[in-house]
Amino acid sequence: MNIQLNGDPLEIADQATIATLLETLSLTGKRLAVEVNEDIVPRSQHDEYQLKAGDCVEVVHAIGGG
Amino acid sequence: MTQDAPRSLPENTPLVIAGRTYRSRLLVGTGKYQDLEETGRAIEASGAEIVTVAVRRTNLGQNPDEPNLLDVISPDRYTILPNTAGCYTAKDAVRTCKLARELLDGHDLVKLEVLGEEKTLYPNMTETLVAAEELIKDGFKIMVYCSDDPLLAKRLEEMGCIAIMPLGAPIGSGLGIQNRYNIRLIVENAKVPVLVDAGVGTASDATIAMELGCDGVLMNTAIAQAQDPIRMANAMRLAIESGREAWLAGRMPKKLYASASSPLDGTFF
Repeated sequence: MNIQLNGDPLEIADQATIATLLETLSLTGKRLAVEVNEDIVPRSQHDEYQLKAGDCVEVVHAIGGG
Repeated sequence: MTQDAPRSLPENTPLVIAGRTYRSRLLVGTGKYQDLEETGRAIEASGAEIVTVAVRRTNLGQNPDEPNLLDVISPDRYTILPNTAGCYTAKDAVRTCKLARELLDGHDLVKLEVLGEEKTLYPNMTETLVAAEELIKDGFKIMVYCSDDPLLAKRLEEMGCIAIMPLGAPIGSGLGIQNRYNIRLIVENAKVPVLVDAGVGTASDATIAMELGCDGVLMNTAIAQAQDPIRMANAMRLAIESGREAWLAGRMPKKLYASASSPLDGTFF
C-alpha cells in the first residue's frame, strides 16, 4: 500500500505498523516524534499502530534553531 | 532611559521558569552554527542552561549514525526549549508544540512564536493569542515571543503565559533594542519573567536589555554569526551578568551638566 511520508509517497507492506516503518528507515530507537494525519501517535503505541493506505505520516526530530 | 528617576533598588530575585530556578539569564538558540561541534562549544561558553531547538522533518536519506542535536545538547544537562519557528498560523504552531512534547517525552515547556511575514519575521499577534489560548488549555507552559506592545504583553501574561519575550528588533537583524521605553513598560507591568528575544547584535545590546530590568535575553544569531562564536558566547555571558549587576546596583541619575568628581575644598591654586 502507499502512504505519504514526510511529504513524499512511499510504498510499504500492507500490515505495516509505525514500529516496522521506523525499522525499515533505520530509525528505531532514535529521538523522534510521529504524527499520522495530523494526530500524534505516542511512542508507546508505535508497536501496535497499524498504518492504512493513504495515511500522511510525519516523522520529526529536533534540529538547530533559535 | 535605562533609569533616570530615583527609585528603590530592585530585589535580586532568582530567575524561575516553570518552577525551576536558573543561574544563567542567557538563553541561546542552536541555529546557524557551522556544525554540531561548534554549537556545543558555543553553548558551553555562553553558560546558558536553557537552549532552544526547532522541530523539523527527519531527513530520511541521512546516515543513521550521524549525531543528533540532542546528543550534543543533552536534555539531561540543559532545559530544552522547542520553538515554533517557521509557523505562520496558530494551527501549525499548536501542531509543532504537540510534536515537540512527544519528542521530549512529555516535556511541556515551549517557546511559542507565530510569524507574520517573511521580510521582518515580525510576530503575528492575533495568531499568537489564538495559539497561546489553545496550548495553555492543553497544559503547555508557554514562553511567548511577541511584539513590544505593553498591552498585548499584559494580555499574554493574564492568559497564563509563563514568560513574555518581546523582540528588541527583528529576528536575526542584530539591530539592538529599538524601543527601550516599551521594554521598560513591559518589565514594569509584568509579574512573570520578561526576556528580550531577538534583535541583539552585540554584547552592549544584551547589557542594555538587562539594565532595563529584563529577567533574561534569548539570542541565537548574535553568537552563531559572530566571527568567533565561542568568544562572542563568552562576551554575551559577561554582558548579561554586567547588565544584571548594573540594574541591581541602581544607576546614578542622569544630569544635563557636569558635576565634579574631585572636591573643590582644599585646592591650593
